[in-house]
Amino acid sequence: MEKIATREAYGEGLCALAEVRPDLIVLDADLAEATKTNIFKKAYPEKHYDCGIAEANMMGVAAGIATTGKLVFASSFAMFAAGRAFEIVRNSIGYPHLNVKIGATHGGISVGEDGATHQCNEDFALMRAIPGMTVINPADYVEAKAAVLAMAEYEGPTYLRFGRLATPIFNDESTYKFEVGKGITIKDGKDITIIATGLMVSEAVEAGKALAEQGIDARIINIHTIKPIDREIIVKAARETGRIVTVEEHSVIGGLGSAVAEVVTEECPVPVIKIGVKDVFGHSGAAVELLKEFGLSAENIVSVVRGGLGK
Amino acid sequence: MDEKLVRELEIAATKVRIGIIEGVHAAKAGHPGGSLSAADLMTYLYTHRMNVDPKNPRDPKRDRLVLSKGHAAPVLYSVLALRGFFPMEEMKTLRKIDSRLQGHPDLNKIPGVDMTTGSLGQGISAACGMALSGKISCEPYKVYAVLGDGEIEEGEVWEAAMFAAHYQLDNLVAVVDNNNLQIDGKISDVMSPYPIDEKFKAFGWHVININAHDFSEMEKAFNEAETVMQKPTVIIMRSTKGKGVSFMEDQVGWHGKAPNDEQYKIAIDELNAHLKELGA
Repeated sequence: MEKIATREAYGEGLCALAEVRPDLIVLDADLAEATKTNIFKKAYPEKHYDCGIAEANMMGVAAGIATTGKLVFASSFAMFAAGRAFEIVRNSIGYPHLNVKIGATHGGISVGEDGATHQCNEDFALMRAIPGMTVINPADYVEAKAAVLAMAEYEGPTYLRFGRLATPIFNDESTYKFEVGKGITIKDGKDITIIATGLMVSEAVEAGKALAEQGIDARIINIHTIKPIDREIIVKAARETGRIVTVEEHSVIGGLGSAVAEVVTEECPVPVIKIGVKDVFGHSGAAVELLKEFGLSAENIVSVVRGGLGK
Repeated sequence: MDEKLVRELEIAATKVRIGIIEGVHAAKAGHPGGSLSAADLMTYLYTHRMNVDPKNPRDPKRDRLVLSKGHAAPVLYSVLALRGFFPMEEMKTLRKIDSRLQGHPDLNKIPGVDMTTGSLGQGISAACGMALSGKISCEPYKVYAVLGDGEIEEGEVWEAAMFAAHYQLDNLVAVVDNNNLQIDGKISDVMSPYPIDEKFKAFGWHVININAHDFSEMEKAFNEAETVMQKPTVIIMRSTKGKGVSFMEDQVGWHGKAPNDEQYKIAIDELNAHLKELGA
């Protein structure tokens, strides 16, 4: 299966977006090479503004641009977009509900070698807590590009997370449709549901295949929009399969697992087991090795699912 | 500036000050000191300088003002009311539970407010974004950002200062309300941002120093700012916190405190007497 990082889709998606939204402005904070907004910069140099290493100001500038009606993306690593600039995102973008799109790349542990200071495992929790903020975490190149394009007609503050690591492309670009807030059932199943987001979706799909061979019929759901979350698909899964395992490249506190558990406890209480980074900081290492160490692999999903089913 | 216009502005500014006192007194909370120090500036900008229309508050061609020192909301509301964006009577609802006049400005609730502010240091960045956007689409509007002198202790202000100079935002004018006081005391004692003018100069801004309570100097400064090309301008105005209410002047204690009924009466009597002196 071909592998491309979702951050590549971000850069390319912005170019496609500029064709339908000529008012598009893209900001970056001295990371254009890494966030891949340099792809956009090459195509549209007059629409790309570097704010330097000053994420707080960049978010405020984005807010100011949004008040004038233009579509604006502000780009940095997840750590600095959601972390460093949190309070500006909250007060200058979230509270006035401005149409700013935050393109946050290098989310999660798969940042790899840079280590804990750059591995943001808290961004879903932070962004999800801001009223009116949409939080999107695409699973592959195709979904990421479609998510960026969908922003042409999606009003309101939105946080989009992209990854550094090249990951398998499992969606078909010619047929894929992105709908904000709609979960996708990748595989039906009756024994248990695995709800995954981002690059964990392809791991969940692999786990599903392995489980099938062991006689376990797992439903696989891709939640690309963590907020507003697709309550319907989650409640249906809880009712029909009775057990849920969530998988995310994020802390088990406040992310997808928490969001799913919030829905389930309110509407159809069933056990929810969370796979994610377990309230610890990461460290340096190759992305693939780190993902394995932190249990973010098909192998570990299989073992957690089996445990959840008492097998 | 001719004497007649100066008198008109003084009358308008005094009415704005009355609105501030009415609002803060009725709210039993709020920030009178820094509102009063900026009252002359805000009156000048909204009644004399800025292209704004109360009938079309979201006109894309309008000039914008970001009150980066958002806690001075009472002066913004009072001047917007004076300008006809909403009735002056509404000042008495300031900070109340059903009021649109929030403790800090909210662009979605109040007509005429161009940016939601309150968390210090952020408004200047938004003003930069508005100015950049105007440059990108060649719109002739101007953007004004009003900062507190304590506020410029925030690092984001200097990120924005770098940005504005780098992108040559000559459609942006920042004003620092240099009343020399912040909550914990004199700014020079708490965390001195001085020399403010030299700092902005070093960041690549055109710098003008004026007296905040002299309309002629104000007019000259804003005229000068219009002639400056490829650089943002900052006007550092030496002001008196609490200006116009004798017992509040230069008193740090009036940063974030409302007058009681007795103090309210003294303040309103003083301001009304001043109006009378001006022949209003």
